[in-house]
Amino acid sequence: MAITLTEKAADRVGKFLAQRGKGVGLRLGVKTSGCSGMAYVLEFVDSTEPEDLTFESFGVKVIVDPKSLTFIDGTELDFVREGLNEGFKFNNPNVKDACGCGESFNV
Amino acid sequence: MALLQISEPGLSTAPHQHRLAAGIDLGTTHSLVATVRSGEPQVLEDELGHALLPSAVRYCSDEAPHVGYSALNMQDKDPTNTIVSVKRLMGRVLADVNEAAELPYALLDAPGMVRLATVSGDKSPVEVSAEILKALRERAEKSMGGELTGVVITVPAYFDDAQRQATKDAAKLAGLHVLRLINEPTAAAIAYGLDQAAEGTFAVYDLGGGTFDFSLLKLSRGVFEVLATSGNGHLGGDDFDQRVYGWILQHANIAAPTAGDMRTLLVAARRAKELLSKQDSAPIQAVLSDGTAVDLTLEYSTFDTLTADLLQKTLISCRKALKDAALAVEDLNGVVLVGGATRMRTLRREVTQFFGRQPLTNLDPDKVVALGASIQANILAGNRGADDLLLLDVTPLSLGIETMGGLTEKIIPRNTTLPVTRAQDFTTFKDGQTAMSIHVLQGERELVGDCRSLGRFELRGIPPMVAGAARIRITFQVDADGLLSVTAREQSTGVETQIVVKPSYGLGDDEIARMLQESYQLAEADKHARMLQEAITEARRLLESVKAAMDTDADLLDDAEQVEINAFMQHLFNAMAAGGTDDIKKHMDALNNGTRDFASRRMNRSISQALTGQTVDSIAA
Repeated sequence: MAITLTEKAADRVGKFLAQRGKGVGLRLGVKTSGCSGMAYVLEFVDSTEPEDLTFESFGVKVIVDPKSLTFIDGTELDFVREGLNEGFKFNNPNVKDACGCGESFNV
Repeated sequence: MALLQISEPGLSTAPHQHRLAAGIDLGTTHSLVATVRSGEPQVLEDELGHALLPSAVRYCSDEAPHVGYSALNMQDKDPTNTIVSVKRLMGRVLADVNEAAELPYALLDAPGMVRLATVSGDKSPVEVSAEILKALRERAEKSMGGELTGVVITVPAYFDDAQRQATKDAAKLAGLHVLRLINEPTAAAIAYGLDQAAEGTFAVYDLGGGTFDFSLLKLSRGVFEVLATSGNGHLGGDDFDQRVYGWILQHANIAAPTAGDMRTLLVAARRAKELLSKQDSAPIQAVLSDGTAVDLTLEYSTFDTLTADLLQKTLISCRKALKDAALAVEDLNGVVLVGGATRMRTLRREVTQFFGRQPLTNLDPDKVVALGASIQANILAGNRGADDLLLLDVTPLSLGIETMGGLTEKIIPRNTTLPVTRAQDFTTFKDGQTAMSIHVLQGERELVGDCRSLGRFELRGIPPMVAGAARIRITFQVDADGLLSVTAREQSTGVETQIVVKPSYGLGDDEIARMLQESYQLAEADKHARMLQEAITEARRLLESVKAAMDTDADLLDDAEQVEINAFMQHLFNAMAAGGTDDIKKHMDALNNGTRDFASRRMNRSISQALTGQTVDSIAA
């Protein structure tokens, strides 16, 4: 299994990284919090940890720590527009149930 | 599920705790809202893809007010209820509004701020601005998928406390939490990342639809200081349209256009102006209400000639500001263009020539202020690391209070970085004085009459003491938005009063410039006036105490001595009336010397009174 970006998401991430002027890639992960147990982490990466795993999609490096990977393995990150809003969306096959807003989830 | 944005390393937010922050450019003709998404500042558009929201509000009798294009489109049909350019009225009383006669609104004089009579009742400019802010807030919350944590709103550099407070009040009314107000030129400089430099001096040339503002900013240690501002409240892109419109009337032989024709031709004129930013000639085609077809071609060179004097006017303002700040164009490290009208090629050519350098133009000049505000909002909301310097503003004019004799005592000098708190101790002037009137002033001059009064309040309940014994601490606090609160506290009893200064009316940019200018030119005269006032105050205090002493202890003086002291007092009194500083000082010395014996006799008496009935032991203990 792996973590992937859609082409659209990779395109946006690449653009944001270029604009930011620094950073080696994008970190995906989870942390424990929120109303349904887990919450996603989506951050720029300036430095990686030794245990980090790196995936690559459309030329963008995706960095995940091994603990998080067990919760999000197989996830595809997409970039979507919903009305006036736009942003990244996790398509995570591991999710059993999410809270109403989908910001936190359970596996 | 909710859509996520990329955070800075380690700054991911917990679910439902997004720090959504936006920057708002609340403009005279147009307003915008922007935010930082995944590290990128971007202006938020409405459903139709419009980034600009016309700053127009139309009040209706039976429904909620319309804001933006729908309001602007009704301006001709319903001029009295369609409010545009309300920014010009913010924090103003009727007497301040020079153009009152030209405005189609029913302006009402009201204490504090002018009001507008509309079909849905009297509205203050604050309420009208709040409608615009509400529309922007709604757009931002739809775009960002949540409630805004806070906003940064931009205001012109020359806005005074009244205008800034009015802007904050409007935001509050619109349900927005204001993180900070920042100056428009400062926001433009931030958008260009100029705050990342170590230091430098920058010019911001802002030609909007109806106003021209020029500012000189000095950056040092991450703080932008406004060195000088100048401009013209009635010069903007619309004036260029008017010139083209006049040319069309002349060349198409139109003598009396109807209101509808006028609108059609103004739109055509504007379009031609915009085309000439890209090409060398622009076709002007329109059909008038009576069926006449207008078909002209406007050459770039003709446009150039038609509008040359307008550009020159802006450059005169630039020259004035440079002169005020004692800078030459060579001293500048960069020039930023702001406002849609700065897209004109003729303008860019003239500006480049004037400053001897290419101005910064790679950001959209309509959006640059909002983008800068969003960057600042993002930092203030805590979405960036701690290594980012927080940008601070400075006080445009000194703040102080009136002291005896009509003198100004400055407590916070001009160009102090905000926020700031400064305190100073004052005392009573008369024996048994139980109240003190505190008069808060803004300005650089030495005499109260030459400064601007921001407010007055009274501290009561000071315990009766001899003059000079009470300790009254006056604390001036200016928050990050440039708003002032003043506290007076009597130190021994702790009685305290406070005001937040919301001055009743404001100063224009010209006026601030004038006040600064005068303070430099008249510094010498002011110094003398101050010395004279100080001498007079001192003399009055001396006369007061001698008189009080003579009233209580007249029996210590024989008749000749009394006559002599009275003569000294009369001389001093005459010298005060004549108004010579040196003369007053001379006669004060004379009176002091002439009463020395009297003073020592009084001293002896009060000591012996104090000692009467006491034993040596109890005194030693």
